[in-house]
This record gives sequence, structure tokens and C-alpha cells, in this order.
Amino acid sequence: MSTDAPERTELGPPVLEVTDLAVTFESRVGFAAQIRGQKPQRARAVDGAELTLHEGEVLALAGESGCGKTTLARAIMGLIPPDRGEIRYEGTALGGGKALKRYRRRVQMVFQDPTGSLNPRSTIYEIVAEGLRTHHISSGADGETEEQLVARALSRAGMRPPERFFLLYPHELSGGQRQRVVIAGALVLEPHVIVADEPVSNLDASVRGEILALLMKLRQELRISVLIVTHDLGLAWTVADRVAVMYLGRIVELGPAEEVLLRPKHPYTRALLDVVPEVGGLERPILGGEAPDPTMIAPGCRFHPRCPVVASGRAAELGIEDACRGTDIAISESGTEHVAACHLVPLGEKP
Amino acid sequence: MTDVLELKDLRITYQTQGGGVPAVRGVDLTVRKGEVIGLAGESGCGKSTIAAAVLRLLPNDTTVEGDIVLEGEDIMSLSPSKLRAVRWTGASIIFQGAQHSLNPVQRVGEQIAEAIVVHGQAREREAMVRVGSLFEQVGLPPRRKDAYPHELSGGQKQRVMIAMALACQPSLVIADEPTTALDVMVQAQVLRLLKQLQRDLELSMIFITHDLSVLVEVSDRLAIMYAGRIIEEGPAEQVFHTPKHPYTTALAAAFPEIGDRRFRGNPTGLGGDPPDPQHIPTGCSFHPRCALRFDDCVTHDPGLFDAGPGRRAACLLVSGAHAGSADGAAT
Repeated sequence: MSTDAPERTELGPPVLEVTDLAVTFESRVGFAAQIRGQKPQRARAVDGAELTLHEGEVLALAGESGCGKTTLARAIMGLIPPDRGEIRYEGTALGGGKALKRYRRRVQMVFQDPTGSLNPRSTIYEIVAEGLRTHHISSGADGETEEQLVARALSRAGMRPPERFFLLYPHELSGGQRQRVVIAGALVLEPHVIVADEPVSNLDASVRGEILALLMKLRQELRISVLIVTHDLGLAWTVADRVAVMYLGRIVELGPAEEVLLRPKHPYTRALLDVVPEVGGLERPILGGEAPDPTMIAPGCRFHPRCPVVASGRAAELGIEDACRGTDIAISESGTEHVAACHLVPLGEKP
Repeated sequence: MTDVLELKDLRITYQTQGGGVPAVRGVDLTVRKGEVIGLAGESGCGKSTIAAAVLRLLPNDTTVEGDIVLEGEDIMSLSPSKLRAVRWTGASIIFQGAQHSLNPVQRVGEQIAEAIVVHGQAREREAMVRVGSLFEQVGLPPRRKDAYPHELSGGQKQRVMIAMALACQPSLVIADEPTTALDVMVQAQVLRLLKQLQRDLELSMIFITHDLSVLVEVSDRLAIMYAGRIIEEGPAEQVFHTPKHPYTTALAAAFPEIGDRRFRGNPTGLGGDPPDPQHIPTGCSFHPRCALRFDDCVTHDPGLFDAGPGRRAACLLVSGAHAGSADGAAT
């Protein structure tokens, strides 16, 4: 991987397609406030997200806290019902019944905090076997026993020899091993897709690389598609084939990792890259303000109140300021193209 | 430059029901005036224990050996009243997780004023005026001093903590993971603020985190810790870009630079886990996880060897006694 040639750009068939997905949360209003006529605030956590995950690819979904990346991941998992939009798995829209059950088996989630997602009173064996029991699977496709399936999942997750861990409890393992157990719990169901929400942010620095290498190996050997939710663009650079950048509930830039991270088209992606720690990086521009508020999404381009291109007057010079302030803009995804929801793009201007 | 803080052969052992746990095992460290030292290492390596020891915040039954000298005063032998005078005025600390360090039922301005009054720096009236100017210094509107912690965002609370750390004009500020709980954009804002204040006020700082890429941004020198010891130290950029110790190499690789093709599609990590402080491996404590180990590493405990101008590393490969690297003799 030391050439400047573009990396492999062909994508496998789509596995998971998200179309115009929206999730809204309402704030709770107390009884007294209701009598006073106070309306609940609506937070548009995910607001028209479009995303396709292809077979065997690693897609990084990046953004600040509050941008809706975790909500999108949870909606994809079917943990939060969307208000609008559609999720298709292998071409079929998620409904109820058998299709959903199959989906829940084939799409597995790995959470951020391995300590919090493991039952402290269960043995490692029970934790890994739980998925099988939930889905009433007592033997594998080739007649393997439950014990063999559990052993295989643990060993694929790098816990070898697996039998040594069967009777241990989570507290007897290190942080990295716990995250491996979480991954084994997902692998035991032979998933097609793994959605990993900040899979390494709670781990020690030296252990991170190992867990990421494991996810990449699973992609390589088992053709599993991986959606990694992360705030860390350096991590995206290390593992992702494609990167999607999310801002206020919508994907604002999407494309091959090299393109998005080295030649960003959206000013927000540029700003995120500018704050990645680096020698001398403190002299670079930093966006003002706190993380954006999904209860108050600005009209026009949702990024314009913080956009340095608007603030510096460059948008006015280019004659797009009215569009930035007044015309909402979204991307439409098409394969490996590098796309961004910014009024600069049609002008061929860089942020 | 004068020395603000000097640690000499510091050894700290926690007492637990399972026996003594050595958290720090012989650390020498000097912080000069106006200098920022970045202290890096994984959880359990002893970096936060050192921070607590400098302000004598460790549990009473903890065994502390060696010297901690802050501005010429031996911290370990101070009387309680002298100690109170040193805390916050000699050295102050910005803890990780600012959200939980503030009193939720007291206005943030009053909390800072209280520290100023308790340390006899000013009376209440003047203290509140000083809080106003501190708020301006850390980029908060002065009227926010009447806010309660829950009314502030994470970044604002961290700014309040910084204002509090500066309230009594300390010569040394210890920042223990000051930005880990913050979002990327806010983290960059807080880091820039800390660096700017450090320059303006000529503060000495110890900056603690496991994220080497953050440390390189703010530090003059880096000290990398492993299993209770410093295993490499030197000028920040040199240590980060041309590490001498295999552990530093692994730590630096955990936060790769975007655009560095060596890491593209190739996440690198160390095998194994940080050692249990109660069962430190023999020889070099890093040898079970080291890809470059050879037989001597299992039996020889390397001290810090000279590894170029202003640089030292605790690795037998640096000692010159072994082929492959010859950078000077043992100190």
C-alpha cells in the first residue's frame, strides 16, 4: 500500500440500502407545562439520510457528537423505528415477521463499551451462545454443536484456544479481550453485516490496532460488510474503503476514503480534518461554537451558520451566498463517486 | 531555566487487600519554568498517580518513596497548613471529566471565588472581580459566572475548570486527560486555549493523556510511561516521529496521521495487554509484547540509556551493546 495509484474502486453488490431515513425525538413536557400549552421540542436526529453499504466493504460514518451517527446506526439495526424512509436488506424492505428475524440474525451490532455490553454474571460461553439461543439455533449448517459454534466464533475473534475462555467471567478479561468477546457474540450468528459503534474508543491505545485489524480480517476472510461509526478520522483513514461524513442528521459528504480525507469537498469535512491533532495543528482554523443543535436546523444549507466559506465572504464573492442561506442541499449517492452537499461543488470550487 | 518541579526516584505503592501494588517504580522527571511536559502511557501505567502525588492527593496508606520537590519545597515533608498553601497556588490540577468535578448546586463563579478566598489571595469582593477576568481569559462571557454547572455545555465546563486551575496563579498546572470527554471540535478549542494561556502566563505544565498526537501538539518534551516507569523521553516531535523504544512506536502508530500510507488498510497494534502491576514481567517489563525482543530482554532490566541529544530510552537495543542500533552508552 505504498503506491499513489487509486485504490480498488469496484464495489460489491449492495447489501444494505438506506433511503431518505428520518428519526425524530420529542422532548418530554411535564403535565404542568402541557397545561400552559408548551409544545414538545422536536429534535431531528436523522433527517433524510441516504447510504448504501456494499458487500465486503468497510464504510466509516464520521461526525461530531450529536450529528446523528449513532441514531442512524441504531435505526439501521431496527432498534429505533424511523419516522420516514426505508431500509432495504439484500433488496427487500424491512418489514415485520420472518424477514425481520432473518435480518436481525444477519446484521449484528458491536457497541462502544465492552464492559457495559457484557453481562457480568454470565460466563464467556453463555455470552457468546446467547445469540444462538435467542434465534433457536441448536446446530450449525454442517451439523456443528453449539459448543463448536461458540468455539469457532471465539477463535475467529482471536481468542485462542477458545476452550480456555469458556468458563471465565468478563471481569477476568482485559478490555481488549472483552471487545473480542463482544465481536465473537456477533460472529456466532455468521452475520453478513457488522455495525460497530465506536468499537475502539474505550480501549487503550496499543490495543486499538488489534481490534481494527480483526475487523479488517473478518471482512477479508468472511466477506462481512462493516459499518464503523466513529468520530476519529484517523481511524477512518486506517480502515475504511469509503467515508461518509454526517452533519445534523444528514450525510453531507461521501466517497472513497482517500478522496474524502485528502481532497475534501465539503467545508465541514475540511473543518473536521483541520482539528485532527498533528504537529503545529493548533495554528489551523477551528470552527467556533458547540456541537450543532438538532432541534434548530437552519434553513438553507444546514451548515451555513458555522461555515467558514460563508463567514469569510467567499460565498458572497462566488455568488452563492443566497443559495447557502436559502436552498437546502442534499447528496444523492451513486456508487464510488465522491459527492458532497455543498453549493461550492457545482462551481468546481474547493472549501 | 529554573526547575519548577523535580521528581527523584519516585516510587509509589498502593495498599490493597491483595497486598501492595507498585504503581510508580522509580521515576525521575524535571519540569522547567515555562516548559510543557507530555506524559503518555496506557491506563494503569502510573501517569495519573504521579499527578496525584505532586499535590499529595493519594490515599493516606499509600507508600511514597523518593523526592517530590516543587519550587524548592519538599512536598512529602510539608505540614498540612503549608501543604494547603502549596495546593492551588504552587501547583493546580485540571481533572479529566470536568462535568463531575464541579459542585452541581453552587454557581460556578462562586466555586472559583471560594478557592481564591480560602487561599487568602483576596477577599470575597475582589475575588469575584478576579473571577470575571479569569472568565475572559478562558473565553467565557463573564456573566456566565452566575450559571450553575448544568447550564453549561461540556466545553464550557472544561473552561471553568481551567479558570479554577489558574485562579491562584500557580506556577505548575497539571492537566490530566483534560479533553478526553470532549467532542473533536471542542477538544481542539480547549487545547488551543490551554496552549495560549501557557505561553501568555509562562506556565509550566504536565499534560497527561494516552493520545500521543494530542501531546505532540502541546508539549515541548515527551515522557512515555510503561508499567510505572518512564521508558522514553526527549523533545516531543523527535520522540513522536523517530521513536527509539518499540513501545513508543506502537503508541504513535495507534494515532496515525491522515495521508500516511504506511497505515492505510493496515491498523497496527501490540499483541497482549498492559502488564498487571502486581506481576511485572522479569527483565524489561515490555518484553512479552515486544516484537524485537531477544534472549537478554527476559533477564536484563534496562535503565534509561542516552539515545541522542536530550533523548533517553530504556531499551537494550539503544544501549549499544547489541547489533542493529548503537546510539550511545548507558547513563
